[in-house]
Amino acid sequence: MNKLHISTIINGDAQEFLCDPTATLLDVLRDGIGLTGTKEGCASGDCGACTVVLDGQMVCSCLVLAAEAQGRTVATIEGVAEGAMLHPVQRQFLEHGALQCGFCTPGFIVAAKALLDRNPNPTETEIRYWLAGNLCRCTGYDKIVRAVMDAAAELRQERMPA
Amino acid sequence: MNAPQKQDGFQVVGTRPVRPDGVDKVTGKALYGTDFKAPGMLQGAVLRSPHPHARIRAIDTRKAEALPGVKAVVTGRDFPSLQSLIMAVGESASDIVHVARNCLALDKVLYEGHAVAAVAATSPEIAREAAALIEVDYEVLPHVLGLEEALADDAPLLHDDVFTKGVSPRPDKPSNASMRVEMGKGDVDAALAGAAVVVSGRYTMEPVHQGYIEPHACVASWNADGQAQIWCSSQGHFAIRSLTASTLGIPQADIRVTPLEIGGGFGGKTTVYLEPVAMLLSRKAGRPVRLAMSREDVFRASGPAPGAVIDVRIGADADGMLVAAEVDFKYHSGAYPAITAHSGVSSAVGHYRIANTRLIGWEVLCNRPATKAYRAPGAPQVNFAVESAIDEIAGKLGMDPLELRLKNAVAPGDPQTSGVPFGMIGWIECLEAARAHPHWSAPLGPNQGRGVAGGYWGNYGGPSTASVSLGEDGSVLVTTGSPDIGGSRAAMAIMAAEVLEVPYEKVRCTIADTASIGFSMVTGGSRVTFATGKAVVDAANMVKDTLRERAARMWGVAAADVEWRDGAAHCTGGDKAGESMAIGTIAARAIFAGGPVSAEAAINAAGWLPGFGVHICDTEVDAETGQVRVVRYTAIQDVGRAIHPDYVEGQMQGGAVQGIGWALNETYIYNAQGKLDNPGFLDYRMPVASDVPMIDTVMVEVPNPDHPFGVKGVGEVPIVPPLAAVANAVARATGVRMHDLPLSPDRVYAALHPEG
Amino acid sequence: MTATAYHAPETIEQAVALLAGNPSARPLSGGTDLIVQMRSGRIAPAAVIDLKRIAGLSGVRRVGDGFAIGAATPCTALKDHAELAAAWPGVVEAANLIGSVQVRNRATMAGNLCNASPAADSVPALVAANATCLIAGPDGQREVPVAAIPQAPGRTSLAPGEFLVEIRLPARGVGDGDAYLRSIPRTEMDIAVVGAGANLTVDAEGRCTAARIALGAVAPTVVLVADAGAALVGSRFDDAAFAALAEAVKAACHPIDDKRGTIAYRKAMAAVLARRVVLTALKRAGAAA
Repeated sequence: MNKLHISTIINGDAQEFLCDPTATLLDVLRDGIGLTGTKEGCASGDCGACTVVLDGQMVCSCLVLAAEAQGRTVATIEGVAEGAMLHPVQRQFLEHGALQCGFCTPGFIVAAKALLDRNPNPTETEIRYWLAGNLCRCTGYDKIVRAVMDAAAELRQERMPA
Repeated sequence: MNAPQKQDGFQVVGTRPVRPDGVDKVTGKALYGTDFKAPGMLQGAVLRSPHPHARIRAIDTRKAEALPGVKAVVTGRDFPSLQSLIMAVGESASDIVHVARNCLALDKVLYEGHAVAAVAATSPEIAREAAALIEVDYEVLPHVLGLEEALADDAPLLHDDVFTKGVSPRPDKPSNASMRVEMGKGDVDAALAGAAVVVSGRYTMEPVHQGYIEPHACVASWNADGQAQIWCSSQGHFAIRSLTASTLGIPQADIRVTPLEIGGGFGGKTTVYLEPVAMLLSRKAGRPVRLAMSREDVFRASGPAPGAVIDVRIGADADGMLVAAEVDFKYHSGAYPAITAHSGVSSAVGHYRIANTRLIGWEVLCNRPATKAYRAPGAPQVNFAVESAIDEIAGKLGMDPLELRLKNAVAPGDPQTSGVPFGMIGWIECLEAARAHPHWSAPLGPNQGRGVAGGYWGNYGGPSTASVSLGEDGSVLVTTGSPDIGGSRAAMAIMAAEVLEVPYEKVRCTIADTASIGFSMVTGGSRVTFATGKAVVDAANMVKDTLRERAARMWGVAAADVEWRDGAAHCTGGDKAGESMAIGTIAARAIFAGGPVSAEAAINAAGWLPGFGVHICDTEVDAETGQVRVVRYTAIQDVGRAIHPDYVEGQMQGGAVQGIGWALNETYIYNAQGKLDNPGFLDYRMPVASDVPMIDTVMVEVPNPDHPFGVKGVGEVPIVPPLAAVANAVARATGVRMHDLPLSPDRVYAALHPEG
Repeated sequence: MTATAYHAPETIEQAVALLAGNPSARPLSGGTDLIVQMRSGRIAPAAVIDLKRIAGLSGVRRVGDGFAIGAATPCTALKDHAELAAAWPGVVEAANLIGSVQVRNRATMAGNLCNASPAADSVPALVAANATCLIAGPDGQREVPVAAIPQAPGRTSLAPGEFLVEIRLPARGVGDGDAYLRSIPRTEMDIAVVGAGANLTVDAEGRCTAARIALGAVAPTVVLVADAGAALVGSRFDDAAFAALAEAVKAACHPIDDKRGTIAYRKAMAAVLARRVVLTALKRAGAAA
């Protein structure tokens, strides 16, 4: 196999890896680098469990070739908390019981954070459409949407000038 | 909302603390089926049948075996020869011969996607390439997919050794009808003849899938001495152990199954598909082997819920008293016999007092994947037909549909379908809560209609083991064998904290492997908080008794002179009266004064009670396009007692949305060649976040007297009413009654525009 | 297993050379169709040519009064371009109905076009808009109408070595308006059962002076329904014009029965969506007038 040598920044740290030309970013994150928080639910871009942020844009890592990550930055669920400090989206998911099995949760949290990073005050409808690419089969979405709304409110508070 | 608050005299029960496994799951640390890696692990691939029905003449694996990197290839011939043995696992029972054949076909493939061979290799790519090199010589046979077609005299026969169970005399010819179940009482025909109003109809649906987001996956490692380990996500690692041991003919004690976190199951992860195959590969290769399904594999080759054809006739008198009900239905078994018809028959009309009933269910074999449990298995299908018909009766009589249901609702003491009286059920309380809910009387907008439906599920108890032990500092460890799919660790910790009167944060809950705790039945049947919860409470009470004894010994008083309060022993008699000793103090000293404090309860939990639910649904129908939008939804359910209300509401909301999906868009679509046309989330259309509104919940609490805190199962009930609640709402929005699910836009359009 | 190579050329010429030298090589921009097809084994290209590192292939440019959209521009970037979104709201909304936000952050209109699905959401809007595309190949560059690209499901008119460099949208004037609507079973994440794009010009009296109506998922390729446009031109969007529109649309539909919809439903929806999409475009044209 003619492996490619790829240099990236993952969750703020320089990361190099070797990959097959057809390996997806999801394959490499999970099996190569060991970041298994990013999940595979469909491998076709229909469930959002593999959502990561690539150069500031959230994408399905199953629909990105690992080779495309050359020189780019990747943010995964493992980088959402700052050290031991959970991100408000993570904390609100816990406070609301917005996860049951938890398998879709990393994808939802990465996607919700991406929404709040660009829209600090989304409506319920905006949240639902933004998250339409993330399937959850356990919760019926109710508590997830409420958690995101409350995380948005919390972040707005934090951002208010003292 | 999240602040602990006292309720009904409880300190911890009824509060909403953060679940113990929560941080792992919001940070990506939790390990699920495909997240686990064993040193030296090989990657497996499964070759699956392209034909829905074919005889396997020969399998040639030589090319696959010759491929560099391939370490093992197995086929159905690698299983030992097996004798028929029915094993009950949670809500289903299977013959282990069929379980083995479903893992790897032997003589025949019975559905597209049926596994025929498997490979272990040094990489997934090599494994897949090798699987493609396996040559299977098939004699393609005619296939049959439909329920009525499979029962026709000239239908292709799936099994020549299956004779219809439940008919006498025993048939002398094999049949695709694997089972007939009949229950009933009275004289249905006479009662219908005298009824003021009779409605009848045929209702249909295709199979649907549980739709858990995590595909099946496992790692198996089988050593030369016969001992093995399996790491997998499932609804019950003890079931994985027993089914794997039985199909491989080895002692259960030789297999240690370690549960990984499970990414959803809903009944679909109560059996084995991969584990015995991974074991066989591992034995041949001498290394651990991972097998994982793709999403397409999951749809094609795991167990969906049966589709159905249901004929219903129900009659009522002029006052709206139901006088007779006849329900005759057929369910898909798929490739191997199933037993879902039992619960279909027993739950069909059991929520109403009806003097005359004839309830008949058939299990029908056909060239589809073997159906498996899906949340209240067998109930939603038949409930859809019955609750649609009840709504029609209300319409014909001009009665309010809730009043009609209230008038006929069963109460504690009324006989169930089996004849056994109902215990402390809360069905009438749910109907009354629905009537009092603001949703029921809220105004509707243009093109909107409001539907209501009710239903129930029997729930279950059964065997569970739990242990409670103390750290030397008095912190509490709860250990169970019940996989946590929806927050049950939190419920277990809450119950232990309540018994020991310690803060929730002092209690941690672990799910142990099969070698580290005694047997527990699967997480299914809405049984864990009830049955495993009972075991936890028993074990916690034993620990509490031990703590009192140890304190008494330390004080030199009788145990009767020590009472337990607020997480501490209090001396009430003798010369130490008035003294107290906190749990941590006792635990630290107890180790050397009587030994470590630990207790295990292994119980067969009895006293479970059925749960009832009523759902109210508002839909808005675009008559020009047939689009149905659920605009408001309320789920009301008797939960007995909500131990952790967030996760009880979560069950109700999740079940309701699964039901909405079943009602509106989810369906298996097979083409004329017998191949699944929609084996992915793109065309198997589960609800996305923008498809549904908030799901309002009302937790009615009619406590179960046979559980220390009043728990009734809650997980399955909420998928029973939604199919009819949605269909009734569409009927009221459009004036057209639809009998065939799903109510997808093209079908609704066709119903509203019969002229074309 | 055939090994697939990955190349990320930095010039159009390099990309052409790589594609021309390898008949099964496939260009990659968003990858949301290509990678799925590779994973499923439907295609096994000898090489994947990533276009995103070619200067100028990503982003939206003004070209005179019109727009040029680089072939590697993701759909969400179109929404962020205020002038484009104001001038061609129908095209931009069509592109932003594809898949999910995750998918649209990668997927491109050029890919949507070259995947040659009859149900591609952005294509009816582009055809209605009379968009063209610039194609690079071994013989240099050529410009063709968008409608000339798809030939059949999965097949395009691109010659070996050719790839799409940019999509060009004409200038907008007073009284112009466009829109796109589709029919799907859910609210998101579905392939169009039927799609309809409309592009109108309305004069100061409210009379239609030009109309292009294009339909998706009703024929092997997206179809421009000339009769539907003709039914509107000269009218003031009265009932008779809409009736003629519906008839023209139904006559142009040659759909199939499949898992996503029946023939009868697709025909009926084409007529419903055509009327609705014209009304939306009309509102926009009126707002512009």
